[in-house]
Amino acid sequence: MCLAVPGRVIGIREERQTLMATVDFDGIRKSVCLAYLPEVECGDYVIVHVGFAISQVDEASALETLAMFKELGILEENLGVDGRPAAVAGPA
Amino acid sequence: MKYLDEFRDPALAQRLFDEIARITTRHWAIMEVCGGQTHAIIRNGIDQLLPDDVELIHGPGCPVCVTPLGMIDKALAVAARPEVIFCSFGDMLRVPGSHKDLFAVRSEGGDVRVVYSPLDAVDLAEAHPDREVVFFAIGFETTAPANAMAVYQARQRGIRNFSVLVSHVLVPPAIEAIVSSPSNRVDGFLAAGHVCSIMGTWQYPPLVEAHHVPIVITGFEPLDVLEGIRRVVLQLEAGTAELDNAYARVVSEQGNVPAQQMLADVFEVCDRRWRGIGEIPASGWRLSGRYRDFDAEVRFDVGAVDAPESAQCRSGEVLQGLIKPTECAAFGRECSPRHPLGATMVSSEGACAAYYQYRRLDRAVGDPVPVELGSA
Ligand code: SF4
Repeated sequence: MCLAVPGRVIGIREERQTLMATVDFDGIRKSVCLAYLPEVECGDYVIVHVGFAISQVDEASALETLAMFKELGILEENLGVDGRPAAVAGPA
Repeated sequence: MKYLDEFRDPALAQRLFDEIARITTRHWAIMEVCGGQTHAIIRNGIDQLLPDDVELIHGPGCPVCVTPLGMIDKALAVAARPEVIFCSFGDMLRVPGSHKDLFAVRSEGGDVRVVYSPLDAVDLAEAHPDREVVFFAIGFETTAPANAMAVYQARQRGIRNFSVLVSHVLVPPAIEAIVSSPSNRVDGFLAAGHVCSIMGTWQYPPLVEAHHVPIVITGFEPLDVLEGIRRVVLQLEAGTAELDNAYARVVSEQGNVPAQQMLADVFEVCDRRWRGIGEIPASGWRLSGRYRDFDAEVRFDVGAVDAPESAQCRSGEVLQGLIKPTECAAFGRECSPRHPLGATMVSSEGACAAYYQYRRLDRAVGDPVPVELGSA
């Protein structure tokens, strides 16, 4: 659960008085809280941990990290896609 | 050199390995604090490609692994209540309590749900006003701002049927406890990059000075980890002890200020038990007085739970770097990710699970491990 995944901000909105973003992780889109990085703009890359953007990162290293996660097959797992719990099942 | 081609830039990785070998003149033990780094190290065989004199010790930086047994038992007690929807990050479900885990509670009829973000749990509470939604708020400084926001939002939105079971832990007091221990073998530390992206680097210089121990803030890519190791070895060989930031593309000195402000509002520092290590003073966060009414321990009065660990499990020694997982007699036998005896086998970031997953089954010759690996 410690993993943080970089993604690209593609939309920003206010939701219940909280700044939220849509972030694209190599094709997987998720709603992400931007409250801790309010200065971020569309097109920027951010590092996301449990649904929160925690810091900005440059495009080159974001893409490199994404490619590695994808190769390892841990991207969807760590984004909780399909409600799949992160890494519960071990290596099976 | 079968691992080298698995680096994204094998040539650069080779250069870093060569450089580390060139500058190393004696034995050094370096601890990576963060479970994400442990994972990267074992997956890429970094520990096996390093010179013999550079030993990596896997630290206590997996929040799932160090959540104390008593707290897991409390979670199980709360989750079993009929009015409760219990929400947790996925990796907590299989963590063994004294008698069972959250999966077992779920199969016995408990409403246990996995959430991606703690805000999902707040939404659930709003959608189910007739139920009590409890979120298991664990993690290091990286995760705490998200959990703090969930509590803050619940208050802002007037959601009264939401509460949190808090078991937050902090990295600097853990480093302090490890270097101060009489059995300490660690010469230098790789500090966890994402923890520092929240907290900044300002917490570490006092530790570096008080214990004359180099600390290098390090990222999670295999090449980041190698660069962090190189910088620690450089300092150790030169006899210096400084704070160095090898992850400056993400980590600044002041850290994430809005997150720190939220943390200061919602949480306060407390003593905390670490599974396998014991109590470390001022090493955790609990809800501050202003938010105490969101504390599930108060709301559900689960009492104090004092639970003994499995006698076979040596995860405490693993977490302190005193033994490697393969030195535990239960490793790969009684204990595997499907039947974990200790928390370090449960989480994919735990040292035992990382060794297991990447087939580090190098036990004594003639002592084969019964293999139940499902993947090819
Ligand atoms: S292998 Fe299992 S029993 Fe042994 S220390 Fe690790 S978690 Fe505990």
